[in-house]
Amino acid sequence: MILKTKLFGHVYEFKSIREVMAKANEEKSGDKLAGIAAESAEERVAAKVVLANLTLNDLRNSPAVPYEEDEVTRIIQDDVNETIFREFQNMTVAEFREWLLDSNTTSEMIRRASRGITSEIVAGVCKLMSNLDLICGAKKIQVTAHCNTTIGLPGTFSSRLQPNHTTDDPKGILASAMEGFSYGCGDAVLGLNPVDDSVESVARILKMFDEFKNKWEIPTQICVLAHVTTQIAAAEKMGAPLDLVFQSIAGSQMGNEAFGLTGEMLAEGRAAVLSRGTSTGPNVMYFETGQGSELSSEAHNGWDQVTMEARCYGFAKRYQPFLVNTVVGFIGPEYLYDSKQVTRAGLEDHFMGKLTGVPMGCDACYTNHMKTDQNDIENLATLLVAAGCTYLMSIPEGDDCMLMYQCTGYHEIPTLRELFGLRPIPEFDRWLEKMGFSENGKLTSKAGDASVFLSR
Amino acid sequence: MMDKEMLTQIIQQVVAELVQEGQSKAPGGPAPQKEPARTQPPQEEEGCLPDITEIDIREQYLVEHPEHGEAYADLKRNAPCRLGIGKAGTRYKTLPQLEFRAAHSAAQDAVFSDVGDDVIEGQGLFIVKSQCDSKDTYLTRPDLGRKLSREGAQTVRERCKKNPTVQIFVSDGLSSAAVTANIPDLLPSLLQGLQNHRIEVGTPFFVRYGRVGVMDEVSEITGAEVTCVLIGERPGLITAESMSAYIAYRATVGMPEARRTVVSNIHRNGTNPAEAGAHIADVIGLVLEKKASGTDLKL
Repeated sequence: MILKTKLFGHVYEFKSIREVMAKANEEKSGDKLAGIAAESAEERVAAKVVLANLTLNDLRNSPAVPYEEDEVTRIIQDDVNETIFREFQNMTVAEFREWLLDSNTTSEMIRRASRGITSEIVAGVCKLMSNLDLICGAKKIQVTAHCNTTIGLPGTFSSRLQPNHTTDDPKGILASAMEGFSYGCGDAVLGLNPVDDSVESVARILKMFDEFKNKWEIPTQICVLAHVTTQIAAAEKMGAPLDLVFQSIAGSQMGNEAFGLTGEMLAEGRAAVLSRGTSTGPNVMYFETGQGSELSSEAHNGWDQVTMEARCYGFAKRYQPFLVNTVVGFIGPEYLYDSKQVTRAGLEDHFMGKLTGVPMGCDACYTNHMKTDQNDIENLATLLVAAGCTYLMSIPEGDDCMLMYQCTGYHEIPTLRELFGLRPIPEFDRWLEKMGFSENGKLTSKAGDASVFLSR
Repeated sequence: MMDKEMLTQIIQQVVAELVQEGQSKAPGGPAPQKEPARTQPPQEEEGCLPDITEIDIREQYLVEHPEHGEAYADLKRNAPCRLGIGKAGTRYKTLPQLEFRAAHSAAQDAVFSDVGDDVIEGQGLFIVKSQCDSKDTYLTRPDLGRKLSREGAQTVRERCKKNPTVQIFVSDGLSSAAVTANIPDLLPSLLQGLQNHRIEVGTPFFVRYGRVGVMDEVSEITGAEVTCVLIGERPGLITAESMSAYIAYRATVGMPEARRTVVSNIHRNGTNPAEAGAHIADVIGLVLEKKASGTDLKL
């Protein structure tokens, strides 16, 4: 294992794989805040050169947090298929990158490789990819999952309908949900971020969603994004219908502890939906992640935010999720400073999720203290759909009045579908046609008229 | 709806008058400027287009030939969201797109501009800096925004009254617009409220590029029993002028975040600044009485 190289005659020597991995990252304000970023553009490239020549075995043997100390590391390492790993272990990261991009390497071959690699390997190869590499690498990898419907089928592109409201007012939430459906949004999930995360309130909204979904026979999933234990309690104590169980996750045990979370809770949540939930399954979990959350809870163990993010997906995979998305610009400028950094992070996260083997979506978003605007987020959304992103968020004109951030709007979903010749999940597509909102994959003049749902 | 608006107006007026009356006796602060009335509909002015930022998005309904338009117009009043905005092809109509851009421009300007020295000095406040040297540093280094610069700490040490019962200071935080919009009413009303409670107040000042946590160092330097910072919050598109007050009993550097009591949502369409000042004074009174703040204090 060589951790030293020359660039323009200047010697760069790194002390550890941890240092190489951090310095090989594209520039991110979060890595600078952590004090681990490359100190110059040349040092960044030197780190990439060293990383390119490490083997996959080197990276596997250097987990971000030691196996003995960290549940996330144990889950990732224990889930590796050793037979498959042996086939890849002597490849360098450079060779692995070229193998992934090779025209003869198919989706099936990559999905098989996914079972034999760890998150540090996923993050390592990501660091050698350009933005277009990330798009074309991810585009090759098909990941499907089934809850009530099947997400991720070729030729489809889905969306979460996010009808958030400042006070969880049921009428206001419904007004937003109706409008979203009328634009063809919500085939991935109808999912609310609640203001009031009490068991009673969560149960009330889940029941309202279930009733609306059944009344209009909408082929989709419902979810209220409270803590996993709250959702289970809502089902057990209040009889709330559960299609999916949501949870925010992090890439280390300590990071999960900051969310009040253990792996056991996720296993219990999954068991609860499978035994008592309203959905068909077998994929009944919904996870959200985002670069920087481990650093913000001082749970990164000195590692960079790309590697910690990859570990979220490795952790998520254990629970066979239906949906996983990064909330890429939510955390603020101290982690992702501007549109360039958010764009890069969005493409990295999507690629790493797909390479891990989870059905990866993205909340392409920004807060008002970042140097980003709606144009930048439209650009990122377009790049993500080009990369085969499984789903994006959708909210009224991209403006979330509750979370006080902006992301992709109801209008963006049909626009991107029509641009790229993509359709919603087939059952949902047929439902849209039945309702008169779309015809042959194009919005009709009726689309956007939410008042259709007030006819009865 | 109308009743509530009228009521708010009346309360605003009364409070503003009360504040103005008492103000002349309060130390260091000039009389508050009266806020222009906001409840009147946008004025049509000859030779000038109407102000699109005055459109109420709850009332706006742009869908063409809706099936049950009245029913939906009614329903959408329950959501402060950009609903019922119609479409041009699959894209947005021009007006709602411009409304969105206007709201975002206000949010960006609130974050990325500095509060003018005249606004701060107009309130009789002196200015110190955190360890951030620019807005960019402020946004990327929250740790530096929680500490006073060496000169700043020295100035506070020299110019502030020692061991006051309450130390008040103002900071830009993530919204300069919040300071400009609220402080002229909020600060005098708070000082007056404390005076009514007969609570002794230290020397107020302003911290540029400050985070909430800077109050811990201020508390240690001044030796105040209670420290309260009035600070601009991260702007949303609904308002860029939201301000919060964070209050702590005997704050110390490194104390848990849970020890802060927060009064949030202070802006002209939330808790209006004059009312908020009186409320914060009451909360400070309670903190002093219970000798506790944050989760240690049951409000």
